[in-house]
Amino acid sequence: MPQIFHHSTNTLAKLSIFGGLFVLAAAIWALAEVNRSSYNTGQFIERQQPVQFSHKHHVGDDGIDCRYCHTSVEVSNSAGLPPTRTCMNCHSQIWSESPYLEIVRASYKENKPIEWTRVHDLPDYVYFNHSIHVAKGVGCSSCHGRVDQMPAVYQAASLQMEWCLACHREPERFLRPKDKVFDMAYNGDNALAENTTDEQRRVGREMKEKYRVRSTAVLTSCSTCHR
Amino acid sequence: MQRVDNLDDDRGIHTTPAVIEPGHDFGTVTDKISSIVLRKRTPLGWFVGFLISFMLTGMMMGTILYLVMTGIGIWGNNQPVGWAFDIINFVWWIGIGHAGTLISAILLLLRQEWRTSINRFAEAMTLFAVASAGLFPLLHTGRPWLAYWLFPYPNTMGMWPQFRSPLMWDVFAVSTYATVSALFWYTGLIPDLATLRDRARSKFGRVVYGMMALGWRGSARHWHRYEITYLLLAGISTPLVLSVHTIVSFDFAVGIIPGWHATIFPPYFVAGAIYAGFAMVLTLVIPLRKFYGLEDFITERHLRNAAKVMLATGLIVAYGYMMETFTAWYSANTYEEFMIRNRFFGPYAFYYWSLLVCNVVVPQLLWIRFVRHSTVALFVIAMFVNVGMWLERFVIIPISLHRDFLPSSWGMYSPTIFDFTMFFGTIGFFFFLMFLFLRFLPVISIFEMRTMVPEAQLPEEKLP
Repeated sequence: MPQIFHHSTNTLAKLSIFGGLFVLAAAIWALAEVNRSSYNTGQFIERQQPVQFSHKHHVGDDGIDCRYCHTSVEVSNSAGLPPTRTCMNCHSQIWSESPYLEIVRASYKENKPIEWTRVHDLPDYVYFNHSIHVAKGVGCSSCHGRVDQMPAVYQAASLQMEWCLACHREPERFLRPKDKVFDMAYNGDNALAENTTDEQRRVGREMKEKYRVRSTAVLTSCSTCHR
Repeated sequence: MQRVDNLDDDRGIHTTPAVIEPGHDFGTVTDKISSIVLRKRTPLGWFVGFLISFMLTGMMMGTILYLVMTGIGIWGNNQPVGWAFDIINFVWWIGIGHAGTLISAILLLLRQEWRTSINRFAEAMTLFAVASAGLFPLLHTGRPWLAYWLFPYPNTMGMWPQFRSPLMWDVFAVSTYATVSALFWYTGLIPDLATLRDRARSKFGRVVYGMMALGWRGSARHWHRYEITYLLLAGISTPLVLSVHTIVSFDFAVGIIPGWHATIFPPYFVAGAIYAGFAMVLTLVIPLRKFYGLEDFITERHLRNAAKVMLATGLIVAYGYMMETFTAWYSANTYEEFMIRNRFFGPYAFYYWSLLVCNVVVPQLLWIRFVRHSTVALFVIAMFVNVGMWLERFVIIPISLHRDFLPSSWGMYSPTIFDFTMFFGTIGFFFFLMFLFLRFLPVISIFEMRTMVPEAQLPEEKLP
């Protein structure tokens, strides 16, 4: 009886075992990479807005405080987007004829809000409240990065759950005195403070004590964020 | 003959049948078993059975489709009975699988040669039962496409699964069980797949069986490695017989619900699993040997041994029921006492008493030699046990849940039509796989059966 398979099949069979293992491992690795990539998270992608509004200019150059526009950040879930009137406080006086601001003036005249593009969008199953974070000494830049250096704002963090938990597990790595919360330059260029220093840990522990931040068990309980 | 032992024959009147009937040699064994697969005409009965099971599988698929599109609200379980048919059926199927592993692994290590005729079949039964079982918790999660969350893998959530939860242990227990059972079964098949490759008439058959045989040539080196591998796998499988259902029982025993929170659960569940498994072996093997004329290989001896295992494990299970009742009284705990009273006289009392009839009363007939020797009686008793073991899980799960500590949160449970289509669908699915197995793979291990014929015995073994 002739052989059913050519002799080379033996080699192929052995190769396929190794090949299968490598293909499987590579597939898992690739999936994990895609999952954490900007493609999936939207991290680092600059969002174009209807008006060419530059945070770099308004915050960095002009030194306007975050709360001037995001008025509800200390008292509400949402930081709040300014109404067109807030823009017009200044822009009725300066750059009042600028073609770049035509949309703003039109919005003001027609009493119709500008439709800004959302940059940070948490899933609906996450309960998030800005005010509690601000009240406990979490700086704006800890999550949003150096907004004062962003002409067009992008999402500085991945917003994935592992990122939330990094702070909820060890808040002392990120907490700062409350009067520094709106200080964009608190951590220098390393705004998200990925490699926190011993000094930061010392201050963080102090602040954790001072602001009575709840225990890690509470902070990492499922229902703290998934209510 | 060596293989005819008279130990269970105290009066010397009856002779215990052999593991393989006389008159067989290497050739006839191989011919007989491989011809089931290699015959040209598929028997009409096979088509009928296959079609019915295929239609039931379709029903199951339809139910799953509707369930995935709608949500598990289509099932009857809801507060306070959050676990019902889905978990009952899961435990029922997993339990059934246990006989296969017991037969193939433990009886191999104990050198019980009679296992040879039924181990292949019982292992296939295990695999298909685990496949049916696995569907239930998977669908019970409600979002089966996220089921991989159950496994600990580095993820963007920055979390591990809850390792302290028995449900997590279940994932490991069942997935290990499925993997090891599949490997064990496949390894055992390799020499037979080579036999089929060599005997297949069509080119297609030779190529397919040839690929599955993984280049088996039957050399001494192959056999040496094969024996080592098989023994190792048997060693790995052996603890699984005990561990898998122990962990399944933790799903309940770790909870605080009266009727669940009992230390007797692990041994009681394991015995129940083997009990159910042997009942299913008998249910399947009795028609099978008749239909395919395999009475020479699966002899009266096998049926009687299975009956004895059933009787023994059935008594352990009965002891479990007794202890549940005793503990309830002895604990002097109001809730435990109420749980038993509710079982005895509550709204579902009928199912409790039916369970006792099916699992405790009827199997006592197996004490009688005449009953053990009657194929029909064995089949009927096995059916009783199949039903009884399902009822046992019904009694444990919904009956314990429907009335627990607070009367204000009591409720009643009734299944919906989709609970039934899912359950009977998986029975169909099980038989669907079984029919495919019967048609395309040797249902009895050919090469192991060849070692059982007189020719294979060494001269000194033949001495009286």
